[in-house]
Amino acid sequence: MATTPSDASDTADTTRPLLEVSRLIMDFGGLRALDGASLDVRPGTITGLIGPNGAGKTTLFNVVAGVYEPRAGRVYLDGDDITGLPPHRIFARGLCRTFQIPREHASLSVLENLMLVPRHQAGESFLTSLLRPGRVREEEQAHRRHAEEVLAFLDLSHLAQEYARNLSGGQKKLLELARTLMAEPKLVLLDEPGAGVNPTLMGRLVENIERLNRERDITFLIIEHDMDLIMRLCDPVIVMSEGRYLMEGSPAEVRRDPRVLEAYLGGQYAAAGG
Amino acid sequence: MSQVLFLKGLMLGIALAFLLPILLPPGPRWRVPGGILLGLAAGLGIAASVPPGYLSYLVGFLTMASLYGLLALGLNTQWGYTGHLNFGVAGFFAVGAFTSALVTIEAPSGLAAQYTQVLFGLEMPFLVGVLAAALVSGVVALIVAVPVLRLRLDFLAIATIGVAEIIRLVFQNERWLANGPQPLRGIPQPGRCLFESRPCEWLPDSLAWVVEPLSTRDYTAFYLMVVAAFLALGYALIERACRSPWGRMLRAVRDEEASAAMNGKNVPFARIQAFVVGAMVMGVAGALYAHYTVAIDYSHFHALFGTFLVWIMLMLGGSGNHRGAILGAILVWGVWAGTAFLANALEPVLAAIHPELPGRAQYVRWLLVSLLLAAVVLFRPQGLLPEEMRVSNYLRGPRGR
Repeated sequence: MATTPSDASDTADTTRPLLEVSRLIMDFGGLRALDGASLDVRPGTITGLIGPNGAGKTTLFNVVAGVYEPRAGRVYLDGDDITGLPPHRIFARGLCRTFQIPREHASLSVLENLMLVPRHQAGESFLTSLLRPGRVREEEQAHRRHAEEVLAFLDLSHLAQEYARNLSGGQKKLLELARTLMAEPKLVLLDEPGAGVNPTLMGRLVENIERLNRERDITFLIIEHDMDLIMRLCDPVIVMSEGRYLMEGSPAEVRRDPRVLEAYLGGQYAAAGG
Repeated sequence: MSQVLFLKGLMLGIALAFLLPILLPPGPRWRVPGGILLGLAAGLGIAASVPPGYLSYLVGFLTMASLYGLLALGLNTQWGYTGHLNFGVAGFFAVGAFTSALVTIEAPSGLAAQYTQVLFGLEMPFLVGVLAAALVSGVVALIVAVPVLRLRLDFLAIATIGVAEIIRLVFQNERWLANGPQPLRGIPQPGRCLFESRPCEWLPDSLAWVVEPLSTRDYTAFYLMVVAAFLALGYALIERACRSPWGRMLRAVRDEEASAAMNGKNVPFARIQAFVVGAMVMGVAGALYAHYTVAIDYSHFHALFGTFLVWIMLMLGGSGNHRGAILGAILVWGVWAGTAFLANALEPVLAAIHPELPGRAQYVRWLLVSLLLAAVVLFRPQGLLPEEMRVSNYLRGPRGR
C-alpha cells in the first residue's frame, strides 16, 4: 500500500499545499486511469511528476485543469475546492497548463496567441466591442505591450508577426510557456516541456522556468520523462504508478528508491537489480 | 435626363455608395468618401446611359446580391470565424422572413380571413419587423444551439440541415401560423407610399413635387437602397466585433478548443454567441427578403437557395473575411443570374437531343454552380479574399502605442 502525501506531510512540511489532489478516481470505459491518486504541491516549488507510461500523469493534469470530471476525489487549489469546475474557471483562479503536444492557435500570429490570454478583456464581449471601441483600444495596447515584453523575455520577439503554425516544435513549446506568462498564474502545469526540444532550446526552457519560479514566484508541476531535466530542475519529485501516488522525495532519493525502479521496470528486474 | 431617371439614378447611386466602401481595399483613408462619391457617380452614370429595362434588371440583381451578402456575412461569423459547419442557413432565413411578415402585416378580417390564416398580424412598422426578425432568429438559434452545438463539423452539419428542414416543414404544414402551404401575401414595403399616386402622409407638401413623377414600378430602386444600407450597417457592426478581441476569441476556439479553454475562454459560450449572432444577421436578411417579394411561402426556403448557394458564395469569396463573403455573394449571384440566360439558350440544343430535356435545362445552372464550387475548392481553397493573419484591428499600424 502506497503512503499518501497527507501521511508524509505530517513529518515534512506544514505549509498549506498550493495544489492538493485527494484520492482521485477516473475511468475511461473499463480502464481505470486514476485509482485514488493523491498528491500535494507546495507553493514556490518546481515539483516533478514522473512515472511510467500509463501511470495517469496526463489524466491527472486533465482532471486538475478541469478537462475531465473525476468519478471521485477532490482537487483543491490554494485551499479552494475546484473539482469539476470548467477549465476557464480554473484558469481564472490562477492555474495554467500546457500540452504535451503544443496546441497553438495555428491561424493567429504569435503576438495574438499571447494577446488572447489575459482575463477580463472588455473586447471579448460582443456588445462592448461594438459600443466601447476606445476602451477596447486602450486594453489592446496594454495587452500588446505585455505580450511584447513576454516575447522579449523569452527571446521570441522576432517571431511576433509569424503564424503560430509556422513555428518549430521547440519554439511552440516556448510559446506555450509564454502563454502561461501572459496569465500571471500561481501554478503552472507543464506536460513534458522537454519533449521534442533540441538541447539549446531546452537549456533556455530550463533557464526560463527557473527564472519564473525565482523572480515571479510561480509554482510549477512538471511531467517529464527526461531524467536529466528532472534532476536539474525539480525538487521534490513525485512518482506515480498505475493511477496512484507512489512516493515523493528529492531527485536523488527517487532515483535510489527500489519502488520506483520496480514501477518502471517491473518486479523481476527490480528484484534482480536490488 | 428626366426627373424620374435622375431620382432612380440617385437611388441606385446611394445604394452603390453603401456597397462600394465595403468592397474597396481597406487601408487608405479615402476608402469611405471615395467609395461614396464613386457610387453616386456610377449610379447616375448608369441611369443616364443604359436602357430602362437593364436598369431595373441591375436593381433587382443588386437587391438579391445584397440580401445574399447579408446571409454570407452571418454564415461567415459562424463558419469563417468559429468553424460551425452550419448547413441550416435557410432555416434562420425563413424564421426572419416569416417573423417580419407577421409583425408587419394587417391581420385579415372578414372574407379574407377564410383564405389567409395567421397567428397574428401586428401592423407594426418595417423597422420593428426587421428588429423582431433578428430577435426571433436569435432566440431560435439559442434554443437550437444548446443541444446542437455539442456536435462538431459534419455531425453539426447534419443536425443543422435537419433543423432547417423542420423549420421549413412547420411553415409548410401549420396553417394557423403563417398560412401554411398557401403564400402569405400583402407584406408591406417601407416607403412604398412615396411611389403611389397619393403620397405619404408624413411627407411635407413642399416636397411632394420631388416624388410626384415616380410610379410604383420605380419602387425597386428605393428598396435596393434600404437593403444596401442594411448590408453596410451589418458589415460595419459584424466587422467591428470580429476584428476585436471578440473575433480573436472565436478564431482561437475554431483553431484549438482545448487550448482556448486553458487560456480561460468559456468555449461553449463563445460558440453559442457566434451561432446566435450569425443567425440574427440571417434573420435580418430573411426580413428584407420578405418585404422585397411581398408574398412568401415555405417553398422559398429550400436548402438549395437558402443554404448551399450561400456556402458557395462564402467559399468563393473567402471564409474568414467579411469583405470576401460579400464579394462572393455578388459574384456567385452574378453567375447564378447569368446562367439563366445560358440555360435558355441551351434549350434548342437540348430539344434536339431529347424532347424532354429542355424542361430540365434549369438544372444545368446547378451543374455550373457546383463546378464553380469544385474549382474554388481545388484551385483557390482560401477564396478570392483570404483570411488575414491579424484579427484585431486595434493592432493596425507599425506600433499600437
